[in-house]
Amino acid sequence: MLRLSIQARQALARLTLPVLIVASFGIMLLGKADTLIAERARIALGDGLAPIFAVLASPLGHIRATIGETAALWDMREENARLRDENEKLRRWQSIALALDAENRRLKASLNWIPDPGASFVTARVVADAGGVYARAVLLSVGPNHGIRKGEIAVDERGLIGRITEVGSRTARVLLITDLNSRIPVMMETSRAHAILVGTNGPRPRLQYWPEGILPQEGERIVTSAEANAFPANLPIGTVHYSASGAAEVEPAAMLQKLEVVRIFDYGQTGVTAPESISPTPGRH
Amino acid sequence: MATIDRRPGIRPRASLGRRLDVMARVGFPACTTVLLMLLTQAPLDIPEQAALLPAVALCCVWFWSLFRPGNLPPPVVFLIGLFMDLLGYLPLGVGIFTLLAVQAAALGMRRPLSRRGFFWIWGVFAAVAAGAALLIWLLTMLLTFHLLAPYPAIFVAALSIALFPLLAVPFAVAHRSVADPDRA
Repeated sequence: MLRLSIQARQALARLTLPVLIVASFGIMLLGKADTLIAERARIALGDGLAPIFAVLASPLGHIRATIGETAALWDMREENARLRDENEKLRRWQSIALALDAENRRLKASLNWIPDPGASFVTARVVADAGGVYARAVLLSVGPNHGIRKGEIAVDERGLIGRITEVGSRTARVLLITDLNSRIPVMMETSRAHAILVGTNGPRPRLQYWPEGILPQEGERIVTSAEANAFPANLPIGTVHYSASGAAEVEPAAMLQKLEVVRIFDYGQTGVTAPESISPTPGRH
Repeated sequence: MATIDRRPGIRPRASLGRRLDVMARVGFPACTTVLLMLLTQAPLDIPEQAALLPAVALCCVWFWSLFRPGNLPPPVVFLIGLFMDLLGYLPLGVGIFTLLAVQAAALGMRRPLSRRGFFWIWGVFAAVAAGAALLIWLLTMLLTFHLLAPYPAIFVAALSIALFPLLAVPFAVAHRSVADPDRA
């Protein structure tokens, strides 16, 4: 061991902090110069932690379910009445939907319509938030031989939630439609006008760049557009809602705050790479 | 690395068990910090859960830098910061720099604060946490070239300030018992 005088050792101890602060600037530059390093380190960390979180999820889920159950018992009567009302309404809608479905099939048959190819999907559990304070993303726990690729589309039971941006051996990261970096080509369902859905990190992404002469209507349904070949057409996203300041926003149909299980569809779209994967490819290093 | 114990006084022979005990006590601040940070990432389903990670890290680094700086040296804080960057999806280096700055502030104010009570420590931490949240916000904006809303930063600061007493009480107990290497 190196023998140092007490003064030298004290001087060294006092120097550690400034040197490390300078090193942190170095790390910032490194992270900026090579975004892949951070991405790989995060995926490796996520792969390591995902099994722990998956194990933790079940007891935590039990606790949450018990609390939810107690709360549900409390207002069961009101809930029951509300559900009966809703059921009535939905039954009416169901008959309309069945009639429309039959009509649709008749019309398609008379047009010799080529149906869209069915997409294959896998289901995965959300194990952790993967966005931090300044991003909106979730981490999925997937099996070892999952075959999930970047750019695939994640959907919950109600609508689009986002796209896969990073894939590890046991985990995949989904960038949510509310993230600041998310840009999605969409279509307004009644006017059939195209627009871009821009994430803001807030709960409701913003609608931008719709054509002149058309205004998004409050409550109008927004679906994905097949433009740019990044998404299949007509996946439900949400409904238009004007904010207090008059900006057209979209209330997502998916429950982005409490995602538990999501489906990942492989539509074989290759048009646009997902936002975070626009980093230099490993081959160029 | 074999260091020679130069402190005066008589103490038991350094057997393996005793050395392990001392090591566990010395490692207590760093280990609890990392474990608490991991815990904030568990699927707890709390709204705005992401803000817990920087808040917990700030509280831990502040407390242990004031009370046991020898057991949470700058290189360990550096690693904790890197861990925070990776877990919290911050641009690399932001957490490292912020936590090191918090430690520098704690080491600078150690002497005047040691004569004051808990409320002084908490009050100064409120200012430090606000500064740290602001620093994370500014550096993230700088490194991602995006304008970000200030609310998450304000929330992180408020959460850190609120969380500090909750963490400081068990830490203070540990500081006098399980984290004290002299009691090994």
